[in-house]
Amino acid sequence: DPEASTLSGGGRGEDVKLDLSEDEEGQEESSELLGGQKPTGGFWTFEYYESFFNVDTVQVLDRVKGSVLPLPGRNFIKHYLRSNPDLYGPFWICVTLVFSVAISGNLSTFLGEMGNPSYHYRPQFHRVTIAAVVIFMYAWLVPIGLWGFLTWRQGTERQIGGYSFLETVCVYGYSLFIYIPTSVLWIIPFEWLRWTLILVAMVISGSVLVLTFWPVVRDDTKVMAVAYSCDHCGFTHPAGRRL
Amino acid sequence: MAAAEEASRPFAGLSDVSISEDIPVEGDISVPVGSSRRDDEFSTLDEPVKETILRDLRAVGNKFIHVLYPKRSSALLRDWDLWGPLLLCVTLALLLQGGAADSDDQGGPQFAEVFVIVWFGSIIITLNSKLLGGTISFFQSLCVLGYCIMPLTVAMAVCRIVLISGSGNVSFAVRLVVVTVSFGWSTFASTAFLADSQPPNRKALVVYPVFLFYFVIGWMILTFSPSQ
Repeated sequence: DPEASTLSGGGRGEDVKLDLSEDEEGQEESSELLGGQKPTGGFWTFEYYESFFNVDTVQVLDRVKGSVLPLPGRNFIKHYLRSNPDLYGPFWICVTLVFSVAISGNLSTFLGEMGNPSYHYRPQFHRVTIAAVVIFMYAWLVPIGLWGFLTWRQGTERQIGGYSFLETVCVYGYSLFIYIPTSVLWIIPFEWLRWTLILVAMVISGSVLVLTFWPVVRDDTKVMAVAYSCDHCGFTHPAGRRL
Repeated sequence: MAAAEEASRPFAGLSDVSISEDIPVEGDISVPVGSSRRDDEFSTLDEPVKETILRDLRAVGNKFIHVLYPKRSSALLRDWDLWGPLLLCVTLALLLQGGAADSDDQGGPQFAEVFVIVWFGSIIITLNSKLLGGTISFFQSLCVLGYCIMPLTVAMAVCRIVLISGSGNVSFAVRLVVVTVSFGWSTFASTAFLADSQPPNRKALVVYPVFLFYFVIGWMILTFSPSQ
């Protein structure tokens, strides 16, 4: 039977490697059984972290596209990540966002003060530090909190089907991508345009997260879900205002 | 006691052992002359200091030339060194000083900030390319990224000269052109060296952080404003 999975036993009770055939069925079976891609090696080895960067250019572009166009019914984790969450996207999207926020904030200050004869241009490099702290805290601490909270809730109610920590971080990272073009367009000095842009970005980013997490949270009390989304909006609003 | 006497002369029983004449015993315990000649070639302990310094300077200068005319050569990768990147980083950080940074904290990057951005940026990009499956080694990648800052350092020097003559719109336009050209040159030079070491379906994933890195450095150079 060419489609059978072969099991090669590891020695001395160590990692058991599962050799799978190349068809779709085999891969989906394994993902349900193992609950995702298991990284090889301990967390002190280089191979452990290499497994988080196992993506191609096409896959990253596909995930970015999926974060910008959230279609109802398309769970980001199930549809795009498919048990292969990566850290490349979240990390480099955060870094790009830090610099684009700092640079466009600096430029919009400059354009706003251009008519002022006593204004002398300053690079305002401290914006980079502030933006880095805020964005990295949002992209890493909030997923940690959410994942811990969801795992705790599932633990008490004995449900299955939660998301792994890496998948949560991945969704948050990719959902931040829409803010990059938004921050670039913020240079245009019209207030109504800026408010429209930030609202559109929040709706898109939020809906990516909602489409992903609603199926898990909906079985829980609705109060929790509403409380969470208020907290999320409350974060992005001051972050946008700081520009 | 007889036993103690025997013990005090442990080799007494061997005094009558001899080698018969017809078994040849030969050997040479002197050090072969050839190996000392090889050692002299690698031993640089006795040469004058000037020659040691000049050899390193020539190696650094050779790599500068390779960056100026980037071709697919492996000279930069084979004999990597970090003197060039250090020299360029210090020069760039020094040139970025003296801006509008002394009066208030809304100025340009401090010396340490430039250092942190250049070195931590290079380390992160190197880690990224290794995690994506690149075959280049850690220090080779640091070497390439550091040397390819050279066009941007030259652009910084040119910008400061331009700023001496004035800081109006014309000087801004000139500086913009110079920084853009040097940023493109840096990115092109570093990808010419780094691109071969990546699997082909991930090349863009490795090139993008390099692009971002030199873009940020170019931005720091372009926004340098002299103190009034």
